[in-house]
Amino acid sequence: MTEVPVLSILFLLPIAGAALIPFLRDTNTVRWFALEVLLADFLIALWVLLNFDASSAMMQFGEYHAWVPALGISYRLGIDGISVWFVLLTTLLGWICVLASWTSITNRVREFMTCLLAMQGLMVGVFCALDMILFYILWEAMLVPMYLIIGIWGGANRVYAAFKFFLYTLAGSLLFLIGILLLYFGGGQSFDMLSLMDTQFPLQLQIWVFLAFLVAFAVKVPMVPLHTWLPDAHVQAPTAGSIILAGVLLKMGAYGFLRFSLPMLPDASQYFAPMMVALSALAIVYGGLLALAQSDIKKLIAYSSVSHMGFITLGLFTLDPMGMSGAVIQMFNHGITTGALFLFVGLIYERTHSREITAYGGLIKVVPLFGILFAAFLLASMAVPGLNGFIGELLVLAGAFGFSGWAGSAGVLGALIGAAYLMGIYRQMLLGEVKTPGDAAVWDLGRRELACAAPLLLFVVWFGLYPKPFLTILQPSLDHLMLQLDTERPEP
Amino acid sequence: MDLTVIKSSVLASGPEIIVILGACVALMLSLVPRPGQGRLLAGLSLLMIALAAMMSLSLGQYPQTAYAGMFVVDSFSTYLKMLLYLGTALTILMSTSYLTAENVAKGEYYVLLLFALSGAMIMVSGTDLLIIYIGIELQALSIYVLVGFLTTNTRSNEAALKYVILGAFSSGLLLFGLSLFYGLTGTTQLDVMSEVLDVADTSSPLLALATMFLLAGLLFKVGAVPFHMWVPDIYEGAPSPVTGFMSTVGKIAAFAVVLRVLMLDLVVLDPIWRNSLIVVTVLTLGTGSLAALVQTNIKRMLAYSSIAHAGFLMLGLLAGGSDGIASVCLYLLVFTVMNLGVFAVIILLNRGADQGEPIEAFTGLARSHPGLALITMIFLLSLAGIPPTGGFFAKFYVLVALIEANHVVLAVIAVLFSAVSAWFYLRIIMLMYMGETDHPAKVQITSSMGLALIVTLIGTVLTGVLPAWFLSVAQAATEGGLG
Repeated sequence: MTEVPVLSILFLLPIAGAALIPFLRDTNTVRWFALEVLLADFLIALWVLLNFDASSAMMQFGEYHAWVPALGISYRLGIDGISVWFVLLTTLLGWICVLASWTSITNRVREFMTCLLAMQGLMVGVFCALDMILFYILWEAMLVPMYLIIGIWGGANRVYAAFKFFLYTLAGSLLFLIGILLLYFGGGQSFDMLSLMDTQFPLQLQIWVFLAFLVAFAVKVPMVPLHTWLPDAHVQAPTAGSIILAGVLLKMGAYGFLRFSLPMLPDASQYFAPMMVALSALAIVYGGLLALAQSDIKKLIAYSSVSHMGFITLGLFTLDPMGMSGAVIQMFNHGITTGALFLFVGLIYERTHSREITAYGGLIKVVPLFGILFAAFLLASMAVPGLNGFIGELLVLAGAFGFSGWAGSAGVLGALIGAAYLMGIYRQMLLGEVKTPGDAAVWDLGRRELACAAPLLLFVVWFGLYPKPFLTILQPSLDHLMLQLDTERPEP
Repeated sequence: MDLTVIKSSVLASGPEIIVILGACVALMLSLVPRPGQGRLLAGLSLLMIALAAMMSLSLGQYPQTAYAGMFVVDSFSTYLKMLLYLGTALTILMSTSYLTAENVAKGEYYVLLLFALSGAMIMVSGTDLLIIYIGIELQALSIYVLVGFLTTNTRSNEAALKYVILGAFSSGLLLFGLSLFYGLTGTTQLDVMSEVLDVADTSSPLLALATMFLLAGLLFKVGAVPFHMWVPDIYEGAPSPVTGFMSTVGKIAAFAVVLRVLMLDLVVLDPIWRNSLIVVTVLTLGTGSLAALVQTNIKRMLAYSSIAHAGFLMLGLLAGGSDGIASVCLYLLVFTVMNLGVFAVIILLNRGADQGEPIEAFTGLARSHPGLALITMIFLLSLAGIPPTGGFFAKFYVLVALIEANHVVLAVIAVLFSAVSAWFYLRIIMLMYMGETDHPAKVQITSSMGLALIVTLIGTVLTGVLPAWFLSVAQAATEGGLG
């Protein structure tokens, strides 16, 4: 369609920006530069979305260069109807992160923005990569800037949280690497994802590789019982770090299932589906109960992410068209709403330096704009009809009930628990008597802060009322995935 | 032996002769002390290394044996010699300012380095067990002296003494193994020996004993567990550039011998040593990774880290086949640049050998020297095997070879220990970026040091981002060795 390597630009622009930052004059220039680069990246992503051929399930905007021919590793990029949305999500949250850190990060701004830009480039690259090794390299390289973001600009216990985050994810992804090599020597003879998807592997191999992949993705999602790094990382990370973590990084685990486990290992996916559904149901209920018990709002949202990500893995492993499309929609929407929730927690924390839920009250009376928007995102997270969370959760539940009554019931129970803790925040913080921690002064959202929240709100309402464009682009790719999952494929 | 044969033999060993001549000239020059002598000798040594490298490159195109089959020039030995030159040249670049700072700027230093290099070169090219032994001793004797070069420093002296005693002991093991082989086969020449062994009974206990002695002697040089006890003490006590030299050039030469003897020539012994080597490899990976976690001295930590890396290299041996050997070759290249890179930073942060090298010296480096901290982080991430650095690609290729050879369990063990070892590299990054101190390190980067940093940095990044060329060179070297 076009000769311009759009995806490479999308992926390398922030990285090039990161390389230029050390040469800028002062911190304010650095901030503006980072914002401009990431906005430009977002606009390119929008352009890609608008030029995306929604009728095709094929990889689009493809690029190919040989990289290490002796080992069959190539630089291969492309996006389909699934990944195009995650590229958009990543680039959207990218510049919002810069704005959200405008005043809250005053220490070593230069390094911070370098990390943010590098992070964004690598994340976009992960969603565009079509070569296993390229994917792996970007996936793992991402750990470094995130480690620094948590470790340098985080809270009091940041170093511990950063280490835990890094080592958990590293241990998981190294097994992923072994899995990739097993596929290569187990008959794939290629690192090209598309050709691996078309290869039929023996069940025994599929089972082992599935387990190897499972560790990597389950850590990232995170699935219970590998979730313990998440609350630490979230609580300690600065606002921008939390937004990236919740908005994009967690999605990568689910994206991994979607891109690798399901299409490449269809038999093993069938084989393990009951276990995965059970683990997801456990995550939904257990994560929800943990969230219910938290008094620290950031920790609460972190645990709610465990629960919500449980919905996503539940939907994926129902192996049902409804459940799966629900899961993908939920992935995108969870990125938007949880990103927004962390943004708002960051905004209030910037004002009062407290995250104790019970220390707040009646905020809607003092800071109405903040209160209304925060309430909107809480409701969206609760999956209220008319906002973006609803459709995804509904589809996932429909798929889950189709799979088994127990899974569906666990999902409903999780949704109820979710309503309980989210309404709890709403009631405690926004309604009732006005109080702030230590009577700290609070002020309403400024223009910069509104600029962060507005696009997120737009997506919340748009996808709540009119999700059709999303589904139109998504559907062909999902249908294609369903075909791949159909295990009655001919031998290659 | 007529004259033309002698001539061609001398020509084939030209690089070694150049280096030894260079050492002799440097020795003469160092007898007459004069100001600026250190720079002169360093320059002379670098020049000699460059000459030897050019000669090696031109010789490498014509595979040949010399000295009646005791010495070989092939692409395998040429590749490894280039690594030796690189390692030695980088060591020299890092040494000048260190020697001045430690007040031991004597000419013998460069002489000994060149002799050690020539010993390593003979180890790489030798195809006769006695020649290899001579190379090992030439290299080891020079390094014994270099380890004790800080004459007024007790740790340095202690390390040198320990190294002499243990080194002599390991040479004894090796020599005993060699003598058994000679008794069994009637030759010390590897190709003849392999012909004899091909038809011999490989289940004979005497052969097993000989193999075990040979293996033990070689593993001692490599620093594998349980023959690793000397590594931390000697790495800690030796002058930092010498530690860097030992951990790279010493390792390359030792692995060259292991590859040559066990993988290229005496392949028939494989069933005898395989199981023991699997045990040793797992122990090496485990001990190196776990013991490094608790170290507070950076050189001790890097000693254990280099033990863990030796474990990874041994995985390449276990994988075997052309990919296994090529993965060891590639790993040695990457390890040389990234490890010497870290040593360059250690030398820059040196506050005098008497102070030791606590890892706290890195604290706050990102504030006082952001550029240097970034470079150090890249080296450390590479040692930890995080992409997109060379360290990742080297480990990746070893894993490829392992899984190709169906050693999946070993590969899983390797990556788990690799994740463990990430912790101690991250700890230094943490100190640099997250540690606060009132006395951040103030460093002065001399031009030779800057050059060493740039070369190691480019090597570390390039082998990670564009590994195709390096990979093809390593594979070509392997093909040449398998001949």
